[in-house]
Amino acid sequence: MTAMESVARTTPQAVIKPFNVWRIREDFPILRQKVHGKPLVYLDNAATAQKPQVVIDTINRYYSTENSNIHRGVHFLSEQATAVYEDARAKVGHFINAPETREIIYVRSTTEGINLVAQSYGRTFIKEGDEIVISAMEHHSNIVPWQILCGQVGATLRVVPINHDGEFWVDEYEKLLSDRTKFVSVAHVSNALGTINPVREIIDMAHRRDIPVMVDGAQAAPHMKVDVQDLDCDFYAFSGHKLFGPTGIGILFGKAEFLEAMPPYQGGGDMISLVTFEKTHYNVLPYKFEAGTPNIAGGIGLGAAIDYLSGIGLEAVAVHEQELMDYATEAISGIKGLRIIGTAKEKASVLSFVLDGVHAHDIGTILDQEGIAIRAGHHCAMPVMQRFGVPATARASFTFYNTQEEVDSLVVAIHKVIELFG
Amino acid sequence: MSDLSELYQQVILDHNKSPRNFRKLEGANRTAEGYNPLCGDQFTVYVKFEDDVIKDISFQGSGCAISKASASLMTASLKGKTEGEAEILFDRVRKMLIGELDTKSNLHELGKLSILSGVCNFPSRVKCASLSWHTFHAALKGEGKLASTE
Ligand SMILES: Cc1ncc(COP(=O)(O)O)c(C=O)c1O
Repeated sequence: MTAMESVARTTPQAVIKPFNVWRIREDFPILRQKVHGKPLVYLDNAATAQKPQVVIDTINRYYSTENSNIHRGVHFLSEQATAVYEDARAKVGHFINAPETREIIYVRSTTEGINLVAQSYGRTFIKEGDEIVISAMEHHSNIVPWQILCGQVGATLRVVPINHDGEFWVDEYEKLLSDRTKFVSVAHVSNALGTINPVREIIDMAHRRDIPVMVDGAQAAPHMKVDVQDLDCDFYAFSGHKLFGPTGIGILFGKAEFLEAMPPYQGGGDMISLVTFEKTHYNVLPYKFEAGTPNIAGGIGLGAAIDYLSGIGLEAVAVHEQELMDYATEAISGIKGLRIIGTAKEKASVLSFVLDGVHAHDIGTILDQEGIAIRAGHHCAMPVMQRFGVPATARASFTFYNTQEEVDSLVVAIHKVIELFG
Repeated sequence: MSDLSELYQQVILDHNKSPRNFRKLEGANRTAEGYNPLCGDQFTVYVKFEDDVIKDISFQGSGCAISKASASLMTASLKGKTEGEAEILFDRVRKMLIGELDTKSNLHELGKLSILSGVCNFPSRVKCASLSWHTFHAALKGEGKLASTE
């Protein structure tokens, strides 16, 4: 069965573009190379995704023909650079269906987006005795900023447990919500387990108590259609580099009513409208939160990545990835001594596993010799490892340019690991 | 796969499966905990140090085959050594792991430990092999509780 046939069969009502994985792979120059003499099999997409040629070309073109500082020059290049950079912001807004472009703040990464909210919103509105709720499957970047905030203001961090399959425990969450709860921050998709969280329900439940919710979308944005209006989240953050764009650029969406009420995160150029030594008037959104010369090439590159991804179509991507996940899950479940960590019913294309008697780090090295790139470790989610009683896992994460043949290579390589360790 | 078989030699696989001196040491007077934040390897090294001699040494914890085998081999080779001898060995091992021990005779002096020489071809694994040694060093020097590879 070809990918196209399966697309047509699975969702007949949606208009899904034809999908040819081999054709798509040609867009990614890095995938053509060999590692240790073997064709590169890149299965570390949850860590960072590869970049299509069009993103690389866009950045190249920017530095070759458009480079200049934005929002301040009267000259041709500055106007041009400003226009492309702002155009990319509008693309991002459209991509996640934000009501207004001024609600799209350029940041460095998901991490910076969360820190911004913790410091700007948190230090202003969260007080001693208040509680902040996160889940047990969060990435360190959605734990530590809240811990820092709690230390600063005297608030307490409460953690929603996860069940055996690595699913968010909605009942326990409901019990944790109280008059003391002043903020909720949860991952849309877990990077360590692949679990897709019921964020809409999570947000609904918090909103019924007037509690604002932030969603860490680092692992969701590259794999599914994100609609911040449909979710009704108050903040949403994601990283450009996991979305086939450059490193060093990320996005924070915030509802205007929140962003307006929040103080700036950093001070400097661009975020002001008038400065005297007595008083400074802050600039309007989104610039209030964008102090200093930003990552202009990054923003423009992210715009190109979004265009590229939209060109393929996230619906087609989701169908291909689901097929690949089903295929991979079935293929590796049959391996003796292998245990999959994270078996949620709703799951994105992350396959975390452990092998009896073999540490994940050793799996990683042996697979690497076969040209296969996976991640081995705690995935910046040490509490998840503790929850499952493992020091580390091996994690293969797939995206739309991966193939069933690559999954086959993975399975063969895992058998080599088992053979070596006897 | 030739590099790989150099890394995962039978002796290493064997020490991984049945590590020597893998226990808590009663009567230890020097201990330290070592931790590699990158992969989560975590070991405690126990030393009984008396009259300038390492009377006994053991370790506990979890980690990959390289870190476990290295710790196991380390305990076997350090027992009975003086502080000065241990320092010399520590320095040689460190050099071997980063590929700076070029002469065969130097390698020879390392005895069994020389089977870890393949590690230098795997830069991402050097820290695994050196973790227990850094931890031992911290224990001997009484430098606080937590040694780290970072
Ligand atoms: C779920 C999740 N949140 C946050 C992050 C942090 O992303 P970044 O390092 O790009 O800030 C990651 C990255 O691994 C992630 O997977």
